[in-house]
Amino acid sequence: MNNSDIIARIAQEFKGELLNTEVKNQRRAILTIKPEAILKIAAYLYKAAGFRFIIASAVHTKKGFEIHYHFSNDPTGLILNLHVVLDPEKPEIESLSNMFNASNWIEREMHELFGIVFLNHPEPGKLISEGNWAEGVYPYRKEFKSSKNQE
Amino acid sequence: MGRKTLIPIGPYHPLQEEPELFKLYCDGEIVKDIQWVTGYNHRSIEKLSESKTYEQVFFLVERICGICSTSHPFAFANAVEEIAGVEITDRAKYIRSVIAELERIHSHLLWVGLAGHFLGYNTVFMWAWKYREPVLDLFEMITGNRNSYAMFKVGGVRRDIEGSKISEIRKVLDVVKKKTDLLTGAVMDDPVIHARTKGVGVLSKQDVIDFGAVGPTARASGLAIDVRMDDPYAAYPLVNWKVITATAGDVFAKAEVRLLEMYESISIIEQCLKGIEKEKEGEITVKVNEIPPGIGHGRAEAPRGEVFHFVMSDGSNCPARHKIRAPSYVNIATFKKSCIGQTIADATITLAGVDPCYCCTERMAVACDSGTGEVILNGRELIERSVLRTGELKSTLKERT
Repeated sequence: MNNSDIIARIAQEFKGELLNTEVKNQRRAILTIKPEAILKIAAYLYKAAGFRFIIASAVHTKKGFEIHYHFSNDPTGLILNLHVVLDPEKPEIESLSNMFNASNWIEREMHELFGIVFLNHPEPGKLISEGNWAEGVYPYRKEFKSSKNQE
Repeated sequence: MGRKTLIPIGPYHPLQEEPELFKLYCDGEIVKDIQWVTGYNHRSIEKLSESKTYEQVFFLVERICGICSTSHPFAFANAVEEIAGVEITDRAKYIRSVIAELERIHSHLLWVGLAGHFLGYNTVFMWAWKYREPVLDLFEMITGNRNSYAMFKVGGVRRDIEGSKISEIRKVLDVVKKKTDLLTGAVMDDPVIHARTKGVGVLSKQDVIDFGAVGPTARASGLAIDVRMDDPYAAYPLVNWKVITATAGDVFAKAEVRLLEMYESISIIEQCLKGIEKEKEGEITVKVNEIPPGIGHGRAEAPRGEVFHFVMSDGSNCPARHKIRAPSYVNIATFKKSCIGQTIADATITLAGVDPCYCCTERMAVACDSGTGEVILNGRELIERSVLRTGELKSTLKERT
């Protein structure tokens, strides 16, 4: 199966959950999906289609909090992004870490840096900010000013 | 549950790429559980990157890791060039691959040396680090620096490799090849190294998939993933080479994969040098005027595995968001699987097995009994235990023969 077939198949399978499909080139595609469908589609990619979870990137934009979940299909070199846009007031999404361990650290990191809540995370403790960061301060949000900038 | 002894490894060293503290909970000699604490030295490179121009970011990401300092610029260049839709010249592609492969050789040699040191084979340590020197000297000749080479820029490379340098590289490669034969023979034929590393720190294929591990850690468990082959970039599609795998998943398999990969790297460099000779001297950059809005994904195979960079551009001269994932970020998490059930003496080499930029572990803290606060072991003693174990094995093997 080549990459365009794989993407067409996923688009067919999850027609109701897909908001937008952007195929950038042969080996890069971005699927914007409804946040509540993340578990279902990630499970399909990981278990049925044999994708590897690379990492997730959170971005704070005008739309709210966006997460790109990067999946790799190693035999064809495809990077498939599952892209979700979360509510800026209450950013919440289901955790993927009950399915695979690869997302365990990055979800905790995104929580500490952006304040995104990952529901049902198996190990919700702090990863990088234990002991030395103020509570409720999320340094990677755009409104955050470092002490240097505030002067 | 009986009382367990806590042995902390870490926490950090400012020179280390990913400072962290490993807490080994032991019952007698056996590691029962492992926990990690990270973030002691959070440098916030992703945030810093948003305040620098694309040209400056190269120098920033180069300093993420001190050993494989070309893999991050490589991945970043791939990401930005994907956004800009730039195709670099063939000569620049070859030069990029030469630099990356030379780096793989010196990084693997460094690992072999450290692994030897932790097993109590200081001769292997001396050899490996001695033969690493000529490679670093090559870097000095090509780039002006032994490390942090500053070779990459958007649209190509910053320095050319001219004719006289090519013959010098060939000379050094011949030496390195001979010495690699020597090292590989010494490691592969030694019964004590076999006894110390075989069946130690085993990761199954399923564990690797579960943790998303990459690089030699994954390839030693039979998973043939290598970004150079799967998602080809630079000169890798233009040369012939193969992905090295092993199936056992233990420390020995990881060593085997690394040693054999060095031969592949030498072969890739030789082919790239021929490629460079065919291309016109000086054609090493393509002018890139602006980076349009968009997103780009850059991957590069570092000595330790896949480096991933995600760059979002808003059309200005700085990235709007820059996410970096180093290979150790996913590889280190596999300790949860590989260390549990091992003895403390084997834990050192298991931790070293994934090559997690080991300077942090060099700075092991003093261990306390979690119940009484009594001092038990410090880092030096932990290595001594590992060395002692090798000594015992050596003498038993001698008795048998």
